[in-house]
Amino acid sequence: MSLVSVQNISKSYWRDSLEIPVLNNISFDIPPGEFLTLMGPSGSGKTTLLNLIAGIDRPTEGRVVVGDTEVTGLNESELAVWRARHVGFVFQFYNLLPVLTAYENVELPLLLSRLHKKERKEHVEFALTIVGLDDRMHYYPKQLSGGQEQRVAIARAIVTDPTLLVADEPTGDLDKVSAEEILKLLERLNTEFKKTIIMVTHDPRAAEKAHTVKHLDKGELS
Amino acid sequence: MFIQKLILKNAWRHKLRTILTILGIAIAVSAFGLLQTVVQMWYIGVEASAANRLITRHAVSFIFPLPYAYRDRIGKIPGVEQVTFANWFGGVYVDKKQFFARLAIDNENFFDVYPELLVPHDQRAAFSRERNACIVGEELARRYNLRIGDVMPMEGDIYPGHWEFVIRGIYRPRDKITDASNMFFHWKYLDERLQEESPQRAGDVGWYVMRISNPGDAPQVSQEVDQQFANSSAETKTETERSFQQGFIASASAILTAMNAISFIIIGIIMLVLGNTMIMAARERIREYAVMKTFGFTTGHLVGLIAGESIMISAVGSAIGIALTFPMTQGFAGVLPKGWFPIFNVQAITLILACVAALFVGIAASVFPIQRAIRTRIVDGLRQIG
Repeated sequence: MSLVSVQNISKSYWRDSLEIPVLNNISFDIPPGEFLTLMGPSGSGKTTLLNLIAGIDRPTEGRVVVGDTEVTGLNESELAVWRARHVGFVFQFYNLLPVLTAYENVELPLLLSRLHKKERKEHVEFALTIVGLDDRMHYYPKQLSGGQEQRVAIARAIVTDPTLLVADEPTGDLDKVSAEEILKLLERLNTEFKKTIIMVTHDPRAAEKAHTVKHLDKGELS
Repeated sequence: MFIQKLILKNAWRHKLRTILTILGIAIAVSAFGLLQTVVQMWYIGVEASAANRLITRHAVSFIFPLPYAYRDRIGKIPGVEQVTFANWFGGVYVDKKQFFARLAIDNENFFDVYPELLVPHDQRAAFSRERNACIVGEELARRYNLRIGDVMPMEGDIYPGHWEFVIRGIYRPRDKITDASNMFFHWKYLDERLQEESPQRAGDVGWYVMRISNPGDAPQVSQEVDQQFANSSAETKTETERSFQQGFIASASAILTAMNAISFIIIGIIMLVLGNTMIMAARERIREYAVMKTFGFTTGHLVGLIAGESIMISAVGSAIGIALTFPMTQGFAGVLPKGWFPIFNVQAITLILACVAALFVGIAASVFPIQRAIRTRIVDGLRQIG
């Protein structure tokens, strides 16, 4: 049984009247608890595919089903609710809100839940403990290193206990040591907390941590 | 609470820009308040006019007098409850810069027709007994440190000669829009002296004031008064007190309209200043909004964040501007020649207008940034360089 089912997905962008195909009829399944890496050269469509699975972009053709939900059939407001409940995002450039502390950044997705302040606090502290930043929770992003910022971003991604964790080049902006720490953390989330992770990367060392590696080239799986 | 905190932190992200925007709004709002106050003070006489009072003046011009003999004839017209009169005296008190209204009045019933001028009974009785007595407003008394029993010497200009008046009463205004800087004295004192020194000018009054029983009858009563004196040597023009007051400011209406327009143009300028700040802020944060959308934050949340910040900046700037309006108007009143504006206060309507304008500006300035934040697709927003 698969957690994510990508069925005949195609995606094109339009520039003026010119159609630019990005993904061409891609199908694959991802079982629960998988750690999947999408690799490929720049412009191969990795991030686009990740965005389609995460419900932040729409395919030109095809379906994406996550669990029991056909993500491609949801409207914008349904997608927003679905993302809030089921997807945790990790970005290459962390994308923390600079005016919020680490604690507040991690708390941000929980504001859309029905949790009380006390419950939110427990969740945030637990998430920050998992990423090893419980002693830095009141630091602002500018007071943290790149690696620490990315760990806060991972804590933010897992704090809602999402079904799926999507990471778009999470080590792309980090030095070797920090990148290794982040990869270990993702690996731990997968093995210890059974998180299903889909990661886009250029880094072969990052790909080594994954169970499955899929290569994309010119919009097709190779 | 979290969203409010985020709004506050976002607003404070670029301190200098926010402070300059707030200062710009504050200065604009205080300028709006000052201009509106000036315009309203011009119209204060109109506001203070009573619906049940009619004014009869010479048909040609206000400066031509009317015969005293008209008094009883007007009083007999149906619908007229009481008729009194007044006469502009002019004169110089201390020096020519000291301006306030000096009026020769009918001491019998002038204060009955003007119930907004509150004179204690004993003072009014003392005023009636003495021919050269006068009553001054409490603002005038305060301005010149005048007390009951003091003598006010004056040099006549319209009515030449040296005049002396003894203060026998100080009136209080019933409300804030009533002028408390007038001086009233007996018309008979003026008339008797004219009979001696300039008999051809005696027996005339400046204008009549009628209190009518039903304000709805004003057109009919006015018509009857004017018909009464048609084809006489002194034809009359009767109108409501409001129209009479408006006639005074008609000559300045173009300037007042311009001032009014400028005050609202200032609101437009504030909107552009704040709009510019909000557009810059939203452009810088487009990626953050995209990130928030990925977490499930909706259009409503973004509208709240952007509009909230815009309204907050506008509200703070406006609050400072309103607070500044009071000293600014006082300062402005201070540099004007005394008596130009008998009343010069910031009116409640000015404050209400400023608050409404602040809210409008706050909302309007956030429209474009909101539109942009909403329309930007998540994937495009995430590609933006922070």
